[in-house]
Amino acid sequence: VTSLHKTRRKIVNAVMLTITGLCTFVAAGVLVAILGYLFIHGARSLNWDFFTKLPAPVGEPGGGMANAIIGSAKVLLIATLVGVPIGFLGGVYLAEFGGAGFSFVVRYVTDLLNGVPSIVIGIFAYAVIVLPQGHFSTLSGGIALGVMMIPIAIRSSEEFLRAVPLSLREGAMALGASKAKAIFTVVIPAAKNGLVTGIMLNLARVAGETAPLLFTAFGNQFWSPGWSQPASALPVVIFHYAVSPYEDWHQQAWSAGFVLLTLVLGVNIVARMILANKAHVAR
Amino acid sequence: MSVAAPIAVTPLRTRRARTVWSRLRSGNEIAYAITFLAAATVILITALLVYELYKNSAQARHLFGWRFLISQTWDPVVPKLGAAAFIYGTLVTSALALAIGVPLGVGAAIFLAELAPPAISSGLTFLIELLAAVPSVIFGLLGFLVLVPILQNMEPGIRAVLGWSPLFQGPFYGVSLLAAGVVLSIMIIPFIISISREVILAVPGDQREAALALGATRWETTWNVVVPGARTGIFGSIFLALARSLGETMAVTMVIGNQAQIHASLLAPGYSIAAVIANEFVEAGQGTVYLSALFELALVLFGLTIVINAVARALVLATTRKGQA
Repeated sequence: VTSLHKTRRKIVNAVMLTITGLCTFVAAGVLVAILGYLFIHGARSLNWDFFTKLPAPVGEPGGGMANAIIGSAKVLLIATLVGVPIGFLGGVYLAEFGGAGFSFVVRYVTDLLNGVPSIVIGIFAYAVIVLPQGHFSTLSGGIALGVMMIPIAIRSSEEFLRAVPLSLREGAMALGASKAKAIFTVVIPAAKNGLVTGIMLNLARVAGETAPLLFTAFGNQFWSPGWSQPASALPVVIFHYAVSPYEDWHQQAWSAGFVLLTLVLGVNIVARMILANKAHVAR
Repeated sequence: MSVAAPIAVTPLRTRRARTVWSRLRSGNEIAYAITFLAAATVILITALLVYELYKNSAQARHLFGWRFLISQTWDPVVPKLGAAAFIYGTLVTSALALAIGVPLGVGAAIFLAELAPPAISSGLTFLIELLAAVPSVIFGLLGFLVLVPILQNMEPGIRAVLGWSPLFQGPFYGVSLLAAGVVLSIMIIPFIISISREVILAVPGDQREAALALGATRWETTWNVVVPGARTGIFGSIFLALARSLGETMAVTMVIGNQAQIHASLLAPGYSIAAVIANEFVEAGQGTVYLSALFELALVLFGLTIVINAVARALVLATTRKGQA
């Protein structure tokens, strides 16, 4: 009886190992399937025109998404200018200056803001910028994405600054540096790699955001000079083209999806490799 | 004693004056002020966000009151606007996503944290973390152009197996609550996996060793000792995933069918709060009740996700702290 019981336990062990293993392979397989699909459908019709030409009117073959690529870049530039300074300095406050009470509130609200659905951030930017100005613009899209970057920038910079050993701060201050000098000349340079990687990951995340741009940057079939006109962006074009009834546009959506995913995953892979190496050094 | 006091006071005063001056010169106060301002900006932005949603939804809130949440009619022309169909679609698709995503995600997390050989585990964890970085519009693209046709082909099979259930009745056009739930489940699995894996790894090692030393198998140790220790955190990861799926916009908008109706069947098209905002916000004219109602929908979505996020963070925090203590 005992040996039977033992066998049963061993079988349960093996079965559960298999089942949980299958769960894992299904989850990982989905990523492989997504990459495969986008590669097959997207890379096939990708050509030089995609990067250099404006979208072709419906029914005409060819055309590209040069305006959407530039539009995305401009929106992300503004987002960086808005999100990174506020997020980084906020992170410095939490890691270096913060007292217990106010820091707790800031961390709590940061997590709260991070959890706000991106479409709600889009509505917020619409209410604050588009409504008073009376028109959609590159600027409002950039600010919407910038607001999305702030919470992640705060938490990641706090984390990387905290990872700098206390002895470095003490060493700097023992040599007569003020606290501010120690932070800006010793601690931040020591955390530089992590901080930059954090910003890269943050950018990669908002680069794929569509919902906040729908009522801010809005979209544009043409070039968008300056900062105060509606602008096209890659994710928004993917959305509009994918749900359109035209086969040509579906093809373009696949190509745009492939380009976007390659950029986002490329940044993620590089960033994670840098972080993995650094983690070994820091610990 | 009485002589010492005045002697101590005078230099203290000048010393204090000197410190303020030197601290100012060394940049400490300025650095403090600037970083403090940046940190306070976060609170300001969040407060402004709540205020804007509240202010811009005033018209609809006064006109419809609490009935807004239970009325099914969505007719911007009359205007008679109720959110029930959208709330229903949001909750049903998220529930379906959890029904598929939780077993898969928690199973995979257990495998990666406890059972898999380290080499396999680290490679797969990397892949799954990359999956979390895929933009939602890409999931929408694949959902709409790949998954929906696949589901259409599978329709006879679905009906043969589940046709008896009221959840699988009526006509099926591919775009449906079912499609949205499946896409959402794929999107939340990486979050469940990565957070659950972390809280499982945070369970102290001596508990595992004790169970193994008592003769428990690997699985018995995992299921009876490690998982109960990480239970709160795993629930936290599920709540976090729920908050994400409630607010997910693009992927859902592209596959849910965008019909403001309430059907018991998962095969029927539906609508979610985020999707209706994405589709109709630009159509609504400035100053109309219609636009105001869309703001109120955003307020509802905001409230929903805030509450669930707060619960999730409390749960995750509770476990990781317990693990470290």
